[in-house]
Amino acid sequence: MVLEVPGPVPGPSDVNQTEQENGSPTELTFGSPWPDGNGAAKVTRTVSANVGLWRRVVAVWRSRELLANLVRTEIKVKYKNSVLGIMWSMVAPAMTLIIFTIVFSFLLKNGIPHFVIFLFSGLLLWNFFQTAVQTGTGTIVNNSGLVKKVSFPREILALASVGTASVFFFFQAIVMVIFLFLVPNAPDYSLIPLVFLALLAGAVWAAALAVFLSAVNVYLRDTQHLVEVLLTAWFWACPIVYAYQRTVAKSSKLHQWHLTWIYFLNPLTPLVMTFQRVLYNIPVGRLTVKPYQVARFLPPWSGSTYLVADLAVLGIGLVLFVLALVVFGRLEGNFAEEL
Amino acid sequence: MSTTAVDVRDVSKRFQLAKERYTSLKERVIHGGRVKREDLWALRDVNFTVAEGETVGILGRNGSGKSTLLKCICGVLQPTSGEVIVRGNLAGLLELGAGFQQELSGRDNIYLNGSMLGMSKRDVDKIFDEIVAFAELEQFIDHQVKFYSSGMYVRLGFAVAVNMDPHVLVIDEVLSVGDERFQRKCMERIKTFQEEGRTILFVTHSPDQVRSICDRAVVLDEGHLVAEGPPGEAVRIFREHLLEASDVLNQGSVGQTPAVSEEAVADEAAARSFVQEGLRPVRFTDVRVYYPGMEERPYLLTGDALHIRLHFNATTVTKGVVFVLELRDTGGNCILRTDTDILGQQIDVPEGTGAIEFRFATFPFLDGAYEVHAGIQSRLGGVVFDWREPAASFEVMHPGRSTGIVDLPVQALMVEGPMAEVAAGVSQTVVPS
Repeated sequence: MVLEVPGPVPGPSDVNQTEQENGSPTELTFGSPWPDGNGAAKVTRTVSANVGLWRRVVAVWRSRELLANLVRTEIKVKYKNSVLGIMWSMVAPAMTLIIFTIVFSFLLKNGIPHFVIFLFSGLLLWNFFQTAVQTGTGTIVNNSGLVKKVSFPREILALASVGTASVFFFFQAIVMVIFLFLVPNAPDYSLIPLVFLALLAGAVWAAALAVFLSAVNVYLRDTQHLVEVLLTAWFWACPIVYAYQRTVAKSSKLHQWHLTWIYFLNPLTPLVMTFQRVLYNIPVGRLTVKPYQVARFLPPWSGSTYLVADLAVLGIGLVLFVLALVVFGRLEGNFAEEL
Repeated sequence: MSTTAVDVRDVSKRFQLAKERYTSLKERVIHGGRVKREDLWALRDVNFTVAEGETVGILGRNGSGKSTLLKCICGVLQPTSGEVIVRGNLAGLLELGAGFQQELSGRDNIYLNGSMLGMSKRDVDKIFDEIVAFAELEQFIDHQVKFYSSGMYVRLGFAVAVNMDPHVLVIDEVLSVGDERFQRKCMERIKTFQEEGRTILFVTHSPDQVRSICDRAVVLDEGHLVAEGPPGEAVRIFREHLLEASDVLNQGSVGQTPAVSEEAVADEAAARSFVQEGLRPVRFTDVRVYYPGMEERPYLLTGDALHIRLHFNATTVTKGVVFVLELRDTGGNCILRTDTDILGQQIDVPEGTGAIEFRFATFPFLDGAYEVHAGIQSRLGGVVFDWREPAASFEVMHPGRSTGIVDLPVQALMVEGPMAEVAAGVSQTVVPS
């Protein structure tokens, strides 16, 4: 048998090689467990500095099972070796609720009836958003071992942070539901779908920020600390601890100068207020402190106002998410070196 | 149908080395744009293709860019310019167990790793038992990976990667870990991989590994692809590069081979132009094996002389020709590789026929069949005029009763006890008291 030497074998001085035809390779006949790879339709993957946005999105979509696995891993690792395990993610919010009830019923009466539900409605969404953005920002750096050694769409890591946060959201929501049954306060069932819309919009914003910030954090490690501080400021910019209707809309400087719209530049404001509108659902009621008069606690908006506002936030969020993917793609090339 | 599994196109990778790297905002502000960065090209315009079903080794010194190349192929690094196109699913073993999560059990890690390679849970279910059996971790699969020994860790990592049945397997010097038995198992797995027609790319320092499993090898030096060819040739060029490098290091010291002379370079250029014109100026006409008593019996007796004669025909005068001889056992292991250059022969082939003979005074190997591989190439190894494998074969019978691979000269002596006087003189020199 003669071994075919494919053309001239270039010597040490040759740098540029021409492509060569090689001997006929064996036809692949093995049964492969790969979902899309039975020899016939193999996925072609290109590694290069510029991969189009669409390809990135497709790659992310293909890795959705990995996303689920990463979320599962994160939760498992968080509660490993603990007896209660995942139950802890319900114990913590339940405890918060009990403490809030005590504090706002006896120590810090602000007159808003069932204020704990009002507070928790907003916190539910905020906790989700904050956890997702905070953990998402550090995720590439914290998973440097993976990023340097294993190939997969790195965006998945940031998205997994959002996924993990949404699992915690789910458990907090269970606590909230139980609490709603204990306290005689019915949510507005007709508007329940709005909660899911607001949650989706919040998730898209969180994902956009997590993807963007996780990439930036690789180059500027200050980012994660900066984000922590900015998130605190952001928290107070949302009407969570205070009721929009009783503060910003009534007596603030913004109101006097007709600049209330500035307040709504915060995308989380309409989302938080949607949660409050649906879950708290006491637009008008009687104050629980002197002078016990009838007062308005939620803005006099119809359901469609919330719908439009949430859709707008969602739309902008989607645009930002695409932009974040583009920026991520630009920055991704040097991850393995910078880590 | 395209049959290229991996297509590396003009891949360059630049690393920017800063004396100090400023990763905090404060430092960035203080140092402003004055961060001096030194460019280091780890890869420069690397081009090669790997056909489906091929096993290609990547040889190179430390720092020659081979790991960077593998990382680019795996998609861990993005090339600065150029692109890598991979057809089919690729599993990379850049570091065994790289994707493992310490806190999770082996079981969970298999699923996690599987999904990183793009498999669904159902797909992993199908091969789960196979992976566990291969890694020999039946008892420990539900233990956390952090409690695994390094051997167990490595076994699981390899088992996951190979059993995921990727179309393309990329291995980075990871075969050198694990105990010998497991290493053998890995090599066997790789061989079946090859038989199944899958593509393997691997980086190694070991030329023997390249010879034993590769169809082809590429040699990288300082980020440039300097050679590409059959394993033997690539290894040879790799060795030359190693020597060149050591020549640079110890300037003036005596190298094993003389520095490349101008004459040799000229011969090389001439040889290349021949081949480029489609000419093969020197070719084998026959390769024959001679040993005493070959008329009576079709086998050689261990310890007898062996002559291997390479008959060739030259269509034109060719200068600076090297004849290469390889002896391999049936397992494909190279037991000897030598050539006329190593043996100190400078050969300029005149036009016409001729023969060159390699003479072994004794052939010490025990029973077995052996293959002769023979090649004709230019002195610098860049041009192969002819290569035959196997060019001839022969069988060996051992008249004695000892078994094994090779008949080493050995004596048995009583060195202690009442009958020991005979050998006393010898034992004192050999056994330290």
